[in-house]
Amino acid sequence: MSTAASLHQSRKRKNGVMMTLCVVAAGIGLAWLALILGALLYKGLAGVSFSVFTEMTPPPGDAGGLLNAIYGSIVMTIIGIIVGTPIGVLAGTYMAEYGRFSKLTTVVRFINDILLSAPSIIIGLFVYELMVRPMGHFSAIAGAVALAILVIPVVVRTTEDMLNLVPNALREAGTAIGAPRWVVIRSVAYRAALSGIVTGILLAIARISGETAPLLFTALNNQFWSSNLNAPMASLPVTIFQFALSPYEEWQQLAWTGALIITLTVLALSIFARSLTGRREDK
Amino acid sequence: MSAVQEALPAVRSSRDATVRRFALTDAIFHATTRAAAILVLVLLGGVAISLVAGSWQALSTFGFSFLTTESWNPVTEKFGALAPIYGTIITSAIAILIAVPLGIGIAIFLTELCPRPLRRPIGMAVELLAGIPSIIYGIWGLFVLAPFLQTTVQPFIISVFHGIPGLNGLFAGPPYGIGLLTSAMILAIMILPFITSITKDVFDTVPSVLKESAYGIGCTTWEVTRRVVIPYTRIGIMGGIMLALGRALGETMAVTFVIGNAHRISTSLFAPATTISATIANEFTEAVGDLYTSSLVALGLILFVITFLILAIARYMLMRIDARTGA
Repeated sequence: MSTAASLHQSRKRKNGVMMTLCVVAAGIGLAWLALILGALLYKGLAGVSFSVFTEMTPPPGDAGGLLNAIYGSIVMTIIGIIVGTPIGVLAGTYMAEYGRFSKLTTVVRFINDILLSAPSIIIGLFVYELMVRPMGHFSAIAGAVALAILVIPVVVRTTEDMLNLVPNALREAGTAIGAPRWVVIRSVAYRAALSGIVTGILLAIARISGETAPLLFTALNNQFWSSNLNAPMASLPVTIFQFALSPYEEWQQLAWTGALIITLTVLALSIFARSLTGRREDK
Repeated sequence: MSAVQEALPAVRSSRDATVRRFALTDAIFHATTRAAAILVLVLLGGVAISLVAGSWQALSTFGFSFLTTESWNPVTEKFGALAPIYGTIITSAIAILIAVPLGIGIAIFLTELCPRPLRRPIGMAVELLAGIPSIIYGIWGLFVLAPFLQTTVQPFIISVFHGIPGLNGLFAGPPYGIGLLTSAMILAIMILPFITSITKDVFDTVPSVLKESAYGIGCTTWEVTRRVVIPYTRIGIMGGIMLALGRALGETMAVTFVIGNAHRISTSLFAPATTISATIANEFTEAVGDLYTSSLVALGLILFVITFLILAIARYMLMRIDARTGA
């Protein structure tokens, strides 16, 4: 009796200890997030001013802004999305519609998942060998291509997943009234999966807008205003990298401010993206 | 009557034309989507080929010794990958050691303990950690974490382990703040969300009947988790850990900030070191000479091969658990 009771006690105690540890783990995770966001807000907000958005990146020891870096990031992100999204959506369409049961789809899904988590610096090296070396110089277009390659796997994955969720009865109804398959895909499947596909694109934007490694040796950096796609272009992440590691206080401050801008953009994008699919699930 | 009969062939032929046009456009669309899918394969193939081509000069100059040489000397053009490989593996391994218990703990908290209304917000907050760009972790690590470790934690640890043989080598040297351990800690924060969300997802695949029957015979929450949930989801958890390992191995910017970029192998975890990706990020644009560049691409090739294998194993494991749940 007493051994049974003590066994019961020790099991309960062990349970209590382990569950407390789990709560502590969750606390550590959340505290870490709070610490990072807190530091970012504290240090980043100190440098937020109008000139950040209106002036160029300064020479060392001077005041200035991040205008050319922000512009470069936006331009390369947009081109990356424009190039990467159609390819991703089409590939996802093949996998979920025409080739749902084909062997090619299984292989592509496997490879795509690997590309999805492949180190982005490898993609940078690839684009360097593919474009920068043959062209002989760094260029914004090479940076945009590197970003496009990062967009593709994200969009492929979400497009396939979302199209797979579209009920087959919808497709059959379309086919039954005589619509050819591509019309069914375009007018029925895409429409039903639209919010999911848009979510994928938003997540892809969130991913590439903070990417630094693939831009380091494709778009390089540029201290001045440049809208020439065939020349090196500044970007926010690369500028942050350069400024943060510099010994100049003004540069470090701009790096923190830039980091805050990127983080808020990325968080807003991913929260917005999630709210799109969240509403879907509630329906 | 006769007018209708006269019109029929015309209707029929226009219908045939429409059907043919539909078939053609459909075939074009089919081919386009297929080409896009194949392009994904071509991309990965292209990455592999370009890395091999780019590293050919280094690999043919140094041969197998590239993998076993510690020296990295741009002046004498003697390059070896041992120090970056060592740094990559050590930082990732420590990161996994820190992040796996934390991640699994958070997943247990989210699936078993957390009050229902808080589940979604907390789960989302952890996933938001995954969305923060790595450069943010880098700048935070350099300006916040590293000084803190340098002034408080590292001197304390060094003094504690000072007299203990074996361990004093592991925690030796001046507290730089930056180095292997700091990088590993940053990596741990970065991979934590992946481990947590995958573990949580596979925990959710455990049939309620299994858990309820364990609770029914009087098991505590921990016993249900330890004896039912974790064994049932073992492959999925392993897959998640491998996926996180793949991320950690290839993570570039955050590590570049806090690793110290020193091409040497030292036993102390506080010493500055370097990783494959940090070396490439730091030195690629400054590399003069074809052999230097080629050696850096060769480092990239090594990283590509390692992460490809790890990620392939991870995906294979996760595919097996997907197949079981029919998801």
